[in-house]
Amino acid sequence: MTRYIIRRILSFIPVLLAIALFTFVLMRAIPGGPFDFAGDKSLPPEVVANIEAKYHLDWPMWKQFVSYIIGDDLLGEEGASKGVIRGDLGPSLRYRGQMVNEIIKTTFPTSMQLGVLSIILALIIGIPTGIIAALNQNTMADYSSTFVAVIFLSVPNLVLAPILIWVFALALGWFPVAGWGAKPPFMLGFLPQVSELFSWSFWSHAILPVFALGTAFSASVMRLTRGSLLQVIREDYIRTARAKGLSERAVITVHALKNSLIPVITILGPLFAAVVTGTFVVEQIFGINGMGKHFILSVGNRDYQVITGLTLLYGLILVVANLMVDISYAWLDPRIRYE
Amino acid sequence: MAVAELAPQQTLVRKERSLWEEAWIRLLKNKIAVASMIFLLILALVAAFAHVIAPYGYAEQDLINNNAIPEWMLFLMPAGAENYVKISDKFPLGADHLGRDLLSRAMYGARVSLGFAFVAATISLVLGTIYGLISGFLGGNLDNVMMRVVDFLYAFPFLVVVILMQTYFKAIERRGGASLFFEVNDAMGGMLFLFIAIGLIDWVGTARISRGQVLQQKRMEFIEAAKAVGASGTRITMKHLLPNILGPLIVYTSLQIPGYIFLEAFLSFIGLGVNPPTPSWGIMISEAVQGLRSFPNQVLVPAVALSLTTLAFNFLGDGLRDALDPRMKE
Repeated sequence: MTRYIIRRILSFIPVLLAIALFTFVLMRAIPGGPFDFAGDKSLPPEVVANIEAKYHLDWPMWKQFVSYIIGDDLLGEEGASKGVIRGDLGPSLRYRGQMVNEIIKTTFPTSMQLGVLSIILALIIGIPTGIIAALNQNTMADYSSTFVAVIFLSVPNLVLAPILIWVFALALGWFPVAGWGAKPPFMLGFLPQVSELFSWSFWSHAILPVFALGTAFSASVMRLTRGSLLQVIREDYIRTARAKGLSERAVITVHALKNSLIPVITILGPLFAAVVTGTFVVEQIFGINGMGKHFILSVGNRDYQVITGLTLLYGLILVVANLMVDISYAWLDPRIRYE
Repeated sequence: MAVAELAPQQTLVRKERSLWEEAWIRLLKNKIAVASMIFLLILALVAAFAHVIAPYGYAEQDLINNNAIPEWMLFLMPAGAENYVKISDKFPLGADHLGRDLLSRAMYGARVSLGFAFVAATISLVLGTIYGLISGFLGGNLDNVMMRVVDFLYAFPFLVVVILMQTYFKAIERRGGASLFFEVNDAMGGMLFLFIAIGLIDWVGTARISRGQVLQQKRMEFIEAAKAVGASGTRITMKHLLPNILGPLIVYTSLQIPGYIFLEAFLSFIGLGVNPPTPSWGIMISEAVQGLRSFPNQVLVPAVALSLTTLAFNFLGDGLRDALDPRMKE
């Protein structure tokens, strides 16, 4: 197992390098640069050349990339960049004086709180309803919950978010229209303060965006749980468990459930990575200062370092989450072993 | 007399039906799927004939009546709305902030959504199936290389790649001259680039499933039999493999369609989709969200259209799955 994990972690390096290179090259292939301003704000070409020289944008591409990865000093050049390998994602080209690390530090915790809460919501709604539907297959409870799940899946957050605001914030006035209740400094760098966690202000701000984001996930979780539990309870070992006289409750909770969670866990890996790094639509509509907007704005701004850094962070979270998923398989299903 | 003579014959010989006919009959028994199919057919007709049916043009402005709403929609509005809204029955579902008819725009918007969903699904199905067929059937080193390519593409954050590509296309469009390519794209309101972006990456998932199916079917006896009688590789793939793997692929693709509709709406929402003033449900929502507090009805029109369409596709996809693979229903 340990050897397996080490091998997997080593395999992250080429994957992340490829992601960085791909984003790096594609971004630079897009016409236009970070300092092309239109109209009155446009800069004379000499000035642009000067700024570009400051950020080493005049270097050949391979050199820029190597310096981005290993840092200027290891390349034997003058410069402040310490390189990705030492955790320096470089400066933002558009937000003068801000480092990509700072942008992540200020926006990532909020996105992460929103994302994690919505996944928790999806699990606490999706798994129990999935179990109930599966255990009562072809009854009213099954039909109605599968039906509701399809409806949840069909309403994108682009639609759900404004409708939730309209009904619960504007018409009923139960929750604030926009904003996020937790402010920096965060506990351990990403958790809201304890006092905030127990305040209505945090939760009242969180409820609508979390529902806007989590509802569709809860429907996928429900459908996956139902489908896989239906398959599992037809397996021989479940018949064995029943035959040896276990109570129905024990059969389901001890034997069936653990195995039937495998498909749910499988989608959690990519879902976690996608949600935690910020969702533009929900953050935008609820006016939450999360990381989602930087994924989109930085491409438009040609803010090379920001988009490459964020994509790298996304890739890192994705590969780590997928590794966790694979490790948890071994715990959920003892037949799975890693060499 | 003649009837009496024919009757016993009919009961003796059960009409032979192909797998596809069986599936079709099963699908027709599913009421929700049939209703969804009818809804989508009507929507497709509305989209195709939007220029005939729509009461106004999608870019036709009536600035005096901007944000107007018909009287029957007043119940949707916040309290005190009578003081600021223009009540006018000129527009059946109201007008947006530029005085454009919401109903007409929603009708034209169906063109973009359905068109994109259809083209994206077709590209992904065709490219993915062929790729998987070649890779799975030929096997060996070629299979290895082809699947590594798929794994590689799979590892990239899909959304970032789409955003990068759309930005690239929009940038060269702004720069580029008047080549035929840009003219076609312009005529399509910017949809051509969306098609290309999605076509370049989205076949990956289909390719995996296609290959998996081929590997499964390849070991079956009927393939062995075909080989034994000397059928060529092309004949085996086209005549024997393809029809057998198509069912799961169609189900997979049809369940992807709501995702394509969401993707188009999302891209239009962030300004990387179709070019204004071409209406798309995503653009309509993004414009209306700004005035949500005062004019919630403007969000509601595209929101309902979008949700009903994806709902119908989801029901139809589920129905197709149950019809094409009855074992999966259990």
